[in-house]
Amino acid sequence: MVAAVAQAHRRDWAQVLATTVQLTRDLDLAEECAQDAYEQALRTWPETGIPERPGAWLITTARNRARDVLRRQSTFHRAIPLLVTEEALPGPEDTLLHDDRLRLIFTCCHPALSREAQIALTLRLVCGLSTAEVARVFLVRESTMAARITRAKKKISAARIPYRVPSPDQLSERVSVVLKVVHLIFTTGHTAPAGPQLARRDLIDSAISLARMLNLLMPGNAEISALLALLLLIDARAPSRLSPAGDLLLLSEQDRTRWDRQLIEEGTSLLTGALHRQAPTRYAVEAAIAAVHTEAPAWEETDWSQIIALYDVLRQLWPTPVVGLNRAVAIGLRDGPAAGLEALAPLLADPALATYGYLSAARADFLRQCRQWQDAADAYEEALALTSNDVERAFLTRRLIEARANLPG
Amino acid sequence: MANYMLLIFGDAQQWAAMTPEQAQAHDAAHEAFRAAAGSQIAGGGALEPAPVATTLRSDGGDGIITTDGPFLETKEAVGGYYLLEASDLDEVMKLASLLPEVRASHSAVEIRPVVDHE
Repeated sequence: MVAAVAQAHRRDWAQVLATTVQLTRDLDLAEECAQDAYEQALRTWPETGIPERPGAWLITTARNRARDVLRRQSTFHRAIPLLVTEEALPGPEDTLLHDDRLRLIFTCCHPALSREAQIALTLRLVCGLSTAEVARVFLVRESTMAARITRAKKKISAARIPYRVPSPDQLSERVSVVLKVVHLIFTTGHTAPAGPQLARRDLIDSAISLARMLNLLMPGNAEISALLALLLLIDARAPSRLSPAGDLLLLSEQDRTRWDRQLIEEGTSLLTGALHRQAPTRYAVEAAIAAVHTEAPAWEETDWSQIIALYDVLRQLWPTPVVGLNRAVAIGLRDGPAAGLEALAPLLADPALATYGYLSAARADFLRQCRQWQDAADAYEEALALTSNDVERAFLTRRLIEARANLPG
Repeated sequence: MANYMLLIFGDAQQWAAMTPEQAQAHDAAHEAFRAAAGSQIAGGGALEPAPVATTLRSDGGDGIITTDGPFLETKEAVGGYYLLEASDLDEVMKLASLLPEVRASHSAVEIRPVVDHE
Protein backbone atom coordinates (compact mmCIF):
# COMPACT_ATOMS: atom_id res chain seq x y z
CA MET A 1 0.00 0.00 0.00
CA VAL A 2 2.81 2.36 0.90
CA ALA A 3 4.32 1.41 -2.44
CA ALA A 4 1.10 2.34 -4.25
CA VAL A 5 1.10 5.78 -2.61
CA ALA A 6 4.80 6.20 -3.38
CA GLN A 7 4.14 5.33 -7.00
CA ALA A 8 1.25 7.78 -7.16
CA HIS A 9 3.59 10.37 -5.66
CA ARG A 10 6.19 9.87 -8.35
CA ARG A 11 3.68 9.77 -11.16
CA ASP A 12 1.04 12.28 -10.13
CA TRP A 13 2.56 14.76 -7.67
CA ALA A 14 3.11 17.52 -10.24
CA GLN A 15 -0.41 17.18 -11.55
CA VAL A 16 -2.00 17.11 -8.10
CA LEU A 17 -0.09 20.20 -6.99
CA ALA A 18 -0.44 22.11 -10.26
CA THR A 19 -4.20 21.56 -10.42
CA THR A 20 -4.59 22.62 -6.81
CA VAL A 21 -2.55 25.81 -7.37
CA GLN A 22 -5.00 26.79 -10.08
CA LEU A 23 -7.68 26.76 -7.38
CA THR A 24 -5.81 28.26 -4.43
CA ARG A 25 -3.61 30.73 -6.35
CA ASP A 26 -1.20 30.25 -3.45
CA LEU A 27 1.76 27.84 -3.77
CA ASP A 28 2.10 27.19 -0.02
CA LEU A 29 -1.54 26.40 0.51
CA ALA A 30 -1.64 24.17 -2.58
CA GLU A 31 1.44 22.32 -1.37
CA GLU A 32 -0.14 21.74 2.03
CA CYS A 33 -3.35 20.45 0.48
CA ALA A 34 -1.49 18.15 -1.93
CA GLN A 35 0.54 16.77 0.96
CA ASP A 36 -2.64 16.25 2.98
CA ALA A 37 -4.14 14.30 0.10
CA TYR A 38 -1.18 11.92 0.04
CA GLU A 39 -1.32 11.51 3.83
CA GLN A 40 -5.00 10.74 3.56
CA ALA A 41 -4.22 8.15 0.88
CA LEU A 42 -1.78 6.46 3.25
CA ARG A 43 -4.50 6.33 5.92
CA THR A 44 -7.51 5.31 3.86
CA TRP A 45 -6.27 3.21 0.93
CA PRO A 46 -5.39 0.25 3.19
CA GLU A 47 -9.09 0.05 4.12
CA THR A 48 -10.81 1.17 0.94
CA GLY A 49 -8.34 -0.31 -1.52
CA ILE A 50 -6.43 1.61 -4.19
CA PRO A 51 -8.82 3.80 -6.18
CA GLU A 52 -9.27 2.94 -9.82
CA ARG A 53 -7.69 6.25 -10.83
CA PRO A 54 -5.32 7.16 -7.98
CA GLY A 55 -4.30 10.46 -9.60
CA ALA A 56 -7.88 11.65 -9.98
CA TRP A 57 -8.64 10.60 -6.38
CA LEU A 58 -5.65 12.60 -5.11
CA ILE A 59 -6.57 15.67 -7.15
CA THR A 60 -10.16 15.62 -5.92
CA THR A 61 -9.03 15.15 -2.32
CA ALA A 62 -6.46 17.96 -2.52
CA ARG A 63 -8.91 20.35 -4.18
CA ASN A 64 -11.67 19.56 -1.67
CA ARG A 65 -9.26 20.27 1.13
CA ALA A 66 -8.28 23.55 -0.55
CA ARG A 67 -11.94 24.56 -0.88
CA ASP A 68 -12.46 23.91 2.85
CA VAL A 69 -9.47 26.03 3.79
CA LEU A 70 -10.39 28.83 1.38
CA ARG A 71 -13.95 28.94 2.75
CA ARG A 72 -12.63 29.34 6.28
CA GLN A 73 -9.92 31.78 5.20
CA SER A 74 -12.15 34.13 3.26
CA THR A 75 -13.03 36.18 6.32
CA PHE A 76 -9.40 36.82 7.19
CA HIS A 77 -7.16 39.35 5.59
CA ARG A 78 -4.72 37.56 3.30
CA ALA A 79 -1.07 38.07 4.12
CA ILE A 80 0.29 37.52 0.61
CA PRO A 81 -1.03 38.51 -2.80
CA LEU A 82 -2.67 35.78 -4.88
CA LEU A 83 -0.85 34.31 -7.84
CA VAL A 84 -1.67 35.87 -11.18
CA THR A 85 -3.49 33.20 -13.17
CA GLU A 86 -5.52 33.03 -16.33
CA GLU A 87 -9.27 32.70 -16.15
CA ALA A 88 -10.24 29.03 -16.10
CA LEU A 89 -10.38 27.82 -19.67
CA PRO A 90 -13.33 25.86 -20.89
CA GLY A 91 -12.42 22.41 -22.16
CA PRO A 92 -12.04 18.79 -21.19
CA GLU A 93 -10.62 18.27 -17.71
CA ASP A 94 -7.46 16.43 -18.76
CA THR A 95 -6.40 19.15 -21.22
CA LEU A 96 -6.51 21.53 -18.30
CA LEU A 97 -4.38 19.20 -16.21
CA HIS A 98 -1.67 19.20 -18.81
CA ASP A 99 -1.67 22.96 -18.98
CA ASP A 100 -1.48 23.17 -15.21
CA ARG A 101 1.72 21.13 -15.03
CA LEU A 102 3.32 23.32 -17.68
CA ARG A 103 2.20 26.44 -15.81
CA LEU A 104 3.88 25.11 -12.69
CA ILE A 105 7.15 24.35 -14.52
CA PHE A 106 7.30 27.74 -16.24
CA THR A 107 6.57 29.52 -12.96
CA CYS A 108 9.33 27.62 -11.13
CA CYS A 109 11.80 28.33 -13.96
CA HIS A 110 10.92 32.01 -14.43
CA PRO A 111 14.02 34.01 -15.49
CA ALA A 112 13.39 36.55 -12.70
CA LEU A 113 14.36 33.82 -10.20
CA SER A 114 17.99 32.88 -9.59
CA ARG A 115 19.16 29.64 -11.19
CA GLU A 116 19.44 28.05 -7.76
CA ALA A 117 15.89 29.07 -6.87
CA GLN A 118 14.66 27.70 -10.20
CA ILE A 119 16.29 24.33 -9.54
CA ALA A 120 15.15 24.18 -5.91
CA LEU A 121 11.55 25.09 -6.75
CA THR A 122 11.42 22.65 -9.64
CA LEU A 123 12.72 19.80 -7.51
CA ARG A 124 10.44 20.65 -4.60
CA LEU A 125 7.22 21.60 -6.42
CA VAL A 126 7.33 19.76 -9.75
CA CYS A 127 9.31 16.65 -8.81
CA GLY A 128 7.98 16.46 -5.25
CA LEU A 129 11.36 16.07 -3.53
CA SER A 130 11.33 16.93 0.17
CA THR A 131 13.07 20.08 1.36
CA ALA A 132 15.70 17.86 3.02
CA GLU A 133 16.40 16.14 -0.31
CA VAL A 134 16.69 19.46 -2.13
CA ALA A 135 19.04 20.70 0.60
CA ARG A 136 21.28 17.68 -0.07
CA VAL A 137 21.55 18.66 -3.73
CA PHE A 138 22.96 22.06 -2.80
CA LEU A 139 24.98 20.74 0.16
CA VAL A 140 23.25 23.12 2.58
CA ARG A 141 21.26 22.58 5.77
CA GLU A 142 17.57 21.84 5.52
CA SER A 143 16.65 25.06 7.35
CA THR A 144 18.77 27.09 4.91
CA MET A 145 17.05 25.47 1.95
CA ALA A 146 13.60 25.95 3.52
CA ALA A 147 14.34 29.67 3.89
CA ARG A 148 15.53 29.93 0.28
CA ILE A 149 12.43 28.17 -1.05
CA THR A 150 10.20 30.44 1.03
CA ARG A 151 11.99 33.51 -0.31
CA ALA A 152 11.58 32.32 -3.90
CA LYS A 153 7.86 31.65 -3.38
CA LYS A 154 7.50 35.08 -1.84
CA LYS A 155 9.07 36.67 -4.88
CA ILE A 156 6.71 34.79 -7.19
CA SER A 157 3.76 36.21 -5.35
CA ALA A 158 5.04 39.73 -4.53
CA ALA A 159 6.54 40.43 -7.97
CA ARG A 160 3.51 38.80 -9.61
CA ILE A 161 5.38 36.20 -11.61
CA PRO A 162 2.40 34.80 -13.51
CA TYR A 163 1.23 31.20 -13.12
CA ARG A 164 0.88 30.57 -16.81
CA VAL A 165 2.48 29.23 -19.96
CA PRO A 166 4.39 32.16 -21.56
CA SER A 167 3.02 33.93 -24.62
CA PRO A 168 4.24 32.65 -28.03
CA ASP A 169 6.76 35.51 -28.43
CA GLN A 170 8.38 34.63 -25.08
CA LEU A 171 8.00 30.88 -25.29
CA SER A 172 11.22 29.75 -26.95
CA GLU A 173 13.40 31.86 -24.62
CA ARG A 174 11.50 30.55 -21.61
CA VAL A 175 11.65 26.92 -22.76
CA SER A 176 15.42 27.23 -22.97
CA VAL A 177 15.54 28.31 -19.30
CA VAL A 178 13.44 25.27 -18.34
CA LEU A 179 15.72 22.98 -20.34
CA LYS A 180 18.81 24.43 -18.66
CA VAL A 181 17.27 23.65 -15.28
CA VAL A 182 16.40 20.08 -16.32
CA HIS A 183 19.89 19.58 -17.75
CA LEU A 184 21.53 20.88 -14.56
CA ILE A 185 19.41 18.57 -12.41
CA PHE A 186 20.56 15.69 -14.61
CA THR A 187 24.26 16.55 -14.54
CA THR A 188 24.16 17.05 -10.77
CA GLY A 189 22.67 13.56 -10.50
CA HIS A 190 25.00 11.99 -13.06
CA THR A 191 28.06 12.85 -11.01
CA ALA A 192 27.12 13.93 -7.52
CA PRO A 193 29.17 16.96 -6.40
CA ALA A 194 29.98 15.20 -3.13
CA GLY A 195 29.27 12.09 -1.13
CA PRO A 196 29.79 8.34 -1.26
CA GLN A 197 27.75 7.66 -4.42
CA LEU A 198 29.03 8.34 -7.94
CA ALA A 199 25.50 9.23 -9.08
CA ARG A 200 22.29 10.43 -7.46
CA ARG A 201 19.60 8.23 -8.98
CA ASP A 202 16.74 10.36 -7.63
CA LEU A 203 18.01 13.44 -9.48
CA ILE A 204 18.63 11.53 -12.73
CA ASP A 205 15.10 10.11 -12.54
CA SER A 206 13.65 13.54 -11.72
CA ALA A 207 15.40 15.12 -14.70
CA ILE A 208 14.34 12.39 -17.10
CA SER A 209 10.74 12.45 -15.96
CA LEU A 210 10.70 16.26 -16.30
CA ALA A 211 12.05 15.96 -19.85
CA ARG A 212 9.49 13.25 -20.63
CA MET A 213 6.70 15.40 -19.24
CA LEU A 214 7.79 18.40 -21.34
CA ASN A 215 8.14 16.25 -24.44
CA LEU A 216 4.63 14.94 -23.90
CA LEU A 217 3.07 18.33 -23.24
CA MET A 218 4.91 20.25 -26.00
CA PRO A 219 5.27 17.51 -28.60
CA GLY A 220 6.34 19.73 -31.51
CA ASN A 221 9.37 21.19 -29.75
CA ALA A 222 12.58 19.81 -31.27
CA GLU A 223 14.81 21.26 -28.55
CA ILE A 224 12.89 19.37 -25.86
CA SER A 225 13.12 16.10 -27.83
CA ALA A 226 16.84 16.67 -28.28
CA LEU A 227 17.39 17.18 -24.55
CA LEU A 228 15.37 14.06 -23.70
CA ALA A 229 17.43 12.15 -26.29
CA LEU A 230 20.65 13.40 -24.69
CA LEU A 231 19.60 12.37 -21.19
CA LEU A 232 18.46 8.91 -22.32
CA LEU A 233 21.61 8.25 -24.37
CA ILE A 234 23.83 9.15 -21.42
CA ASP A 235 21.72 7.32 -18.87
CA ALA A 236 21.79 4.19 -21.07
CA ARG A 237 25.44 3.79 -20.01
CA ALA A 238 24.66 4.00 -16.29
CA PRO A 239 24.72 0.20 -15.66
CA SER A 240 28.39 -0.06 -16.68
CA ARG A 241 29.89 2.98 -14.94
CA LEU A 242 31.01 1.04 -11.87
CA SER A 243 32.87 -2.25 -11.53
CA PRO A 244 31.27 -4.99 -9.38
CA ALA A 245 33.59 -3.77 -6.60
CA GLY A 246 32.18 -0.23 -6.95
CA ASP A 247 35.17 1.32 -8.70
CA LEU A 248 34.76 3.98 -11.38
CA LEU A 249 35.19 2.61 -14.90
CA LEU A 250 36.20 4.89 -17.75
CA LEU A 251 34.29 4.71 -21.03
CA SER A 252 37.21 2.69 -22.44
CA GLU A 253 36.86 0.05 -19.71
CA GLN A 254 33.07 -0.31 -19.67
CA ASP A 255 31.22 -3.49 -20.60
CA ARG A 256 29.10 -2.23 -23.48
CA THR A 257 26.82 -5.25 -23.43
CA ARG A 258 25.38 -3.81 -20.21
CA TRP A 259 24.28 -0.58 -21.86
CA ASP A 260 20.51 -0.20 -21.97
CA ARG A 261 19.58 -0.92 -25.60
CA GLN A 262 15.98 0.20 -25.12
CA LEU A 263 17.04 3.65 -23.90
CA ILE A 264 19.56 3.90 -26.75
CA GLU A 265 16.89 3.10 -29.31
CA GLU A 266 14.45 5.56 -27.81
CA GLY A 267 17.11 8.29 -27.57
CA THR A 268 18.32 7.74 -31.12
CA SER A 269 14.83 7.90 -32.55
CA LEU A 270 14.02 11.08 -30.57
CA LEU A 271 17.23 12.64 -31.86
CA THR A 272 16.50 11.66 -35.44
CA GLY A 273 13.04 13.21 -35.11
CA ALA A 274 14.47 16.42 -33.65
CA LEU A 275 17.04 16.74 -36.43
CA HIS A 276 14.32 16.32 -39.04
CA ARG A 277 12.33 19.17 -37.53
CA GLN A 278 14.99 21.85 -37.19
CA ALA A 279 18.67 22.66 -37.63
CA PRO A 280 20.86 21.14 -34.90
CA THR A 281 20.81 22.96 -31.58
CA ARG A 282 23.09 22.63 -28.57
CA TYR A 283 21.34 19.61 -27.05
CA ALA A 284 20.90 17.88 -30.41
CA VAL A 285 24.65 18.06 -31.08
CA GLU A 286 25.45 16.83 -27.57
CA ALA A 287 22.98 13.97 -28.08
CA ALA A 288 24.62 13.19 -31.43
CA ILE A 289 28.00 12.93 -29.67
CA ALA A 290 26.48 10.56 -27.10
CA ALA A 291 24.96 8.56 -29.98
CA VAL A 292 28.36 8.13 -31.65
CA HIS A 293 29.58 6.46 -28.44
CA THR A 294 26.57 4.17 -28.19
CA GLU A 295 26.97 3.18 -31.86
CA ALA A 296 30.57 2.01 -31.40
CA PRO A 297 30.58 -1.73 -30.63
CA ALA A 298 33.92 -1.32 -28.82
CA TRP A 299 36.01 1.59 -27.48
CA GLU A 300 38.63 0.98 -30.18
CA GLU A 301 35.98 1.43 -32.85
CA THR A 302 34.86 4.88 -31.64
CA ASP A 303 34.66 7.34 -34.55
CA TRP A 304 36.75 10.11 -32.97
CA SER A 305 36.89 12.18 -36.16
CA GLN A 306 33.12 12.37 -36.18
CA ILE A 307 33.10 13.30 -32.49
CA ILE A 308 35.66 16.07 -33.09
CA ALA A 309 33.60 17.36 -36.03
CA LEU A 310 30.51 17.43 -33.80
CA TYR A 311 32.43 19.33 -31.11
CA ASP A 312 33.39 21.85 -33.81
CA VAL A 313 29.69 22.34 -34.56
CA LEU A 314 28.89 22.54 -30.85
CA ARG A 315 31.58 25.16 -30.36
CA GLN A 316 29.80 27.38 -32.89
CA LEU A 317 26.41 26.92 -31.23
CA TRP A 318 27.54 27.05 -27.63
CA PRO A 319 31.07 28.45 -27.28
CA THR A 320 32.09 27.52 -23.74
CA PRO A 321 35.49 26.46 -22.36
CA VAL A 322 34.07 23.06 -21.34
CA VAL A 323 33.22 22.29 -24.98
CA GLY A 324 36.80 23.25 -25.87
CA LEU A 325 38.07 20.86 -23.19
CA ASN A 326 35.98 17.95 -24.45
CA ARG A 327 37.12 18.61 -28.01
CA ALA A 328 40.76 18.63 -26.91
CA VAL A 329 40.28 15.31 -25.12
CA ALA A 330 38.73 13.80 -28.27
CA ILE A 331 41.77 14.96 -30.26
CA GLY A 332 44.04 13.21 -27.78
CA LEU A 333 41.99 10.04 -28.01
CA ARG A 334 42.24 10.06 -31.80
CA ASP A 335 45.81 11.30 -32.30
CA GLY A 336 47.52 10.11 -29.13
CA PRO A 337 48.33 11.56 -25.68
CA ALA A 338 50.99 14.02 -26.90
CA ALA A 339 48.48 15.58 -29.30
CA GLY A 340 45.97 15.66 -26.46
CA LEU A 341 48.36 17.57 -24.21
CA GLU A 342 49.02 20.03 -27.02
CA ALA A 343 45.28 20.54 -27.54
CA LEU A 344 44.74 21.06 -23.80
CA ALA A 345 47.62 23.55 -23.41
CA PRO A 346 45.73 26.70 -24.48
CA LEU A 347 42.93 25.89 -22.03
CA LEU A 348 45.19 25.90 -18.97
CA ALA A 349 45.17 29.70 -18.80
CA ASP A 350 41.38 29.97 -19.06
CA PRO A 351 40.10 31.36 -15.74
CA ALA A 352 36.71 29.71 -16.34
CA LEU A 353 38.42 26.31 -16.10
CA ALA A 354 40.74 27.17 -13.19
CA THR A 355 38.72 25.11 -10.72
CA TYR A 356 37.32 22.60 -13.20
CA GLY A 357 38.58 19.21 -12.03
CA TYR A 358 38.04 17.41 -15.33
CA LEU A 359 40.71 19.56 -17.00
CA SER A 360 43.27 18.42 -14.42
CA ALA A 361 42.06 14.81 -14.68
CA ALA A 362 42.22 14.80 -18.49
CA ARG A 363 45.70 16.31 -18.46
CA ALA A 364 46.80 13.85 -15.78
CA ASP A 365 45.67 10.93 -17.91
CA PHE A 366 47.51 12.10 -21.04
CA LEU A 367 50.66 12.77 -18.94
CA ARG A 368 50.39 9.26 -17.46
CA GLN A 369 50.21 7.77 -20.96
CA CYS A 370 53.26 9.84 -21.94
CA ARG A 371 54.99 8.46 -18.83
CA GLN A 372 55.65 11.99 -17.51
CA TRP A 373 55.13 10.70 -13.99
CA GLN A 374 55.96 13.79 -11.93
CA ASP A 375 53.66 16.08 -13.94
CA ALA A 376 51.00 13.35 -13.95
CA ALA A 377 51.17 13.04 -10.15
CA ASP A 378 50.85 16.82 -9.77
CA ALA A 379 47.85 16.89 -12.08
CA TYR A 380 46.15 14.00 -10.25
CA GLU A 381 46.66 15.85 -6.96
CA GLU A 382 45.10 18.94 -8.50
CA ALA A 383 42.12 16.92 -9.76
CA LEU A 384 41.71 15.33 -6.30
CA ALA A 385 41.56 18.74 -4.67
CA LEU A 386 38.70 19.69 -6.98
CA THR A 387 36.20 16.88 -6.39
CA SER A 388 34.38 15.74 -3.27
CA ASN A 389 32.78 12.72 -4.92
CA ASP A 390 34.17 9.68 -3.09
CA VAL A 391 34.06 7.35 -6.11
CA GLU A 392 35.93 9.84 -8.28
CA ARG A 393 38.38 10.45 -5.46
CA ALA A 394 39.07 6.73 -5.12
CA PHE A 395 39.78 6.49 -8.85
CA LEU A 396 42.09 9.52 -8.85
CA THR A 397 43.88 8.26 -5.73
CA ARG A 398 44.63 4.90 -7.41
CA ARG A 399 46.07 6.72 -10.41
CA LEU A 400 48.08 9.07 -8.18
CA ILE A 401 49.62 6.12 -6.33
CA GLU A 402 50.50 4.49 -9.67
CA ALA A 403 52.16 7.70 -10.91
CA ARG A 404 54.15 8.13 -7.69
CA ALA A 405 55.28 4.48 -7.81
CA ASN A 406 56.86 5.18 -11.18
CA LEU A 407 58.83 8.20 -10.00
CA PRO A 408 62.59 7.66 -10.01
CA GLY A 409 64.23 7.22 -6.61
CA MET B 1 -3.32 45.14 -11.72
CA ALA B 2 -0.26 46.18 -9.76
CA ASN B 3 2.20 49.01 -9.79
CA TYR B 4 5.86 48.60 -10.60
CA MET B 5 8.67 51.11 -10.23
CA LEU B 6 11.26 50.93 -12.98
CA LEU B 7 14.48 52.40 -11.60
CA ILE B 8 16.92 53.31 -14.34
CA PHE B 9 20.50 53.01 -13.09
CA GLY B 10 23.58 54.11 -14.96
CA ASP B 11 26.75 56.15 -15.14
CA ALA B 12 25.73 59.82 -15.50
CA GLN B 13 29.05 60.69 -17.16
CA GLN B 14 28.39 58.21 -19.93
CA TRP B 15 24.87 59.49 -20.41
CA ALA B 16 26.27 63.02 -20.66
CA ALA B 17 28.90 61.89 -23.18
CA MET B 18 26.40 60.58 -25.74
CA THR B 19 26.84 61.89 -29.29
CA PRO B 20 23.83 63.73 -30.77
CA GLU B 21 23.07 60.61 -32.83
CA GLN B 22 23.23 58.37 -29.75
CA ALA B 23 21.06 60.77 -27.80
CA GLN B 24 18.54 60.82 -30.60
CA ALA B 25 18.36 57.00 -30.72
CA HIS B 26 18.11 56.96 -26.93
CA ASP B 27 15.16 59.36 -26.95
CA ALA B 28 13.50 57.42 -29.77
CA ALA B 29 13.70 54.22 -27.70
CA HIS B 30 12.06 55.98 -24.75
CA GLU B 31 9.39 57.24 -27.12
CA ALA B 32 8.79 53.66 -28.31
CA PHE B 33 8.54 52.49 -24.69
CA ARG B 34 6.01 55.22 -23.86
CA ALA B 35 4.01 54.39 -26.98
CA ALA B 36 3.93 50.69 -26.09
CA ALA B 37 3.07 51.27 -22.43
CA GLY B 38 0.51 53.96 -23.21
CA SER B 39 -1.88 54.68 -20.36
CA GLN B 40 -0.14 52.09 -18.17
CA ILE B 41 2.48 54.75 -17.38
CA ALA B 42 1.47 56.37 -14.10
CA GLY B 43 4.52 58.61 -13.85
CA GLY B 44 8.15 58.97 -14.77
CA GLY B 45 10.99 61.28 -15.57
CA ALA B 46 14.71 61.84 -15.80
CA LEU B 47 16.52 62.90 -12.65
CA GLU B 48 19.24 65.50 -12.30
CA PRO B 49 22.59 63.77 -11.71
CA ALA B 50 23.52 62.49 -8.24
CA PRO B 51 25.86 65.41 -7.31
CA VAL B 52 22.80 67.68 -7.44
CA ALA B 53 21.10 65.54 -4.79
CA THR B 54 20.49 66.70 -1.24
CA THR B 55 20.26 64.06 1.45
CA LEU B 56 18.66 64.43 4.86
CA ARG B 57 19.40 61.95 7.62
CA SER B 58 19.40 61.57 11.37
CA ASP B 59 22.34 62.87 13.37
CA GLY B 60 21.85 59.94 15.74
CA GLY B 61 19.85 62.05 18.18
CA ASP B 62 16.90 64.36 17.63
CA GLY B 63 18.48 66.41 14.90
CA ILE B 64 18.69 66.13 11.15
CA ILE B 65 21.86 66.41 9.11
CA THR B 66 21.65 67.81 5.63
CA THR B 67 24.34 66.67 3.23
CA ASP B 68 25.23 67.64 -0.30
CA GLY B 69 25.09 64.56 -2.54
CA PRO B 70 23.27 61.23 -2.85
CA PHE B 71 22.47 58.67 -0.12
CA LEU B 72 24.96 56.23 -1.66
CA GLU B 73 28.10 57.46 -3.41
CA THR B 74 28.33 55.08 -6.34
CA LYS B 75 29.47 55.43 -9.93
CA GLU B 76 26.10 54.14 -11.15
CA ALA B 77 23.10 55.94 -9.68
CA VAL B 78 19.41 56.30 -10.39
CA GLY B 79 19.07 58.54 -13.42
CA GLY B 80 15.36 58.19 -14.07
CA TYR B 81 12.25 56.19 -13.37
CA TYR B 82 8.89 55.11 -14.62
CA LEU B 83 5.91 54.14 -12.53
CA LEU B 84 4.05 51.50 -14.48
CA GLU B 85 0.74 49.75 -14.02
CA ALA B 86 0.74 46.15 -15.25
CA SER B 87 -0.97 42.83 -14.68
CA ASP B 88 2.17 40.81 -14.02
CA LEU B 89 5.97 40.71 -14.16
CA ASP B 90 6.09 39.22 -17.66
CA GLU B 91 4.27 42.24 -19.02
CA VAL B 92 6.65 44.63 -17.24
CA MET B 93 9.74 42.73 -18.43
CA LYS B 94 8.50 42.83 -22.00
CA LEU B 95 7.93 46.61 -21.85
CA ALA B 96 11.14 47.34 -19.93
CA SER B 97 13.18 45.49 -22.54
CA LEU B 98 12.30 48.35 -24.94
CA LEU B 99 14.25 50.84 -22.80
CA PRO B 100 17.67 51.78 -24.21
CA GLU B 101 19.30 51.45 -20.77
CA VAL B 102 18.98 47.64 -20.87
CA ARG B 103 21.20 47.57 -23.98
CA ALA B 104 23.99 49.95 -22.90
CA SER B 105 26.90 48.41 -21.00
CA HIS B 106 26.95 50.92 -18.11
CA SER B 107 23.26 50.94 -17.25
CA ALA B 108 20.39 48.69 -16.19
CA VAL B 109 16.74 48.82 -15.26
CA GLU B 110 15.65 47.50 -11.88
CA ILE B 111 12.01 46.43 -11.59
CA ARG B 112 10.49 46.82 -8.12
CA PRO B 113 6.89 45.97 -7.33
CA VAL B 114 5.17 48.71 -5.34
CA VAL B 115 3.62 47.27 -2.16
CA ASP B 116 -0.12 47.05 -2.52
CA HIS B 117 -1.82 48.11 0.73
CA GLU B 118 -5.32 47.37 -0.51
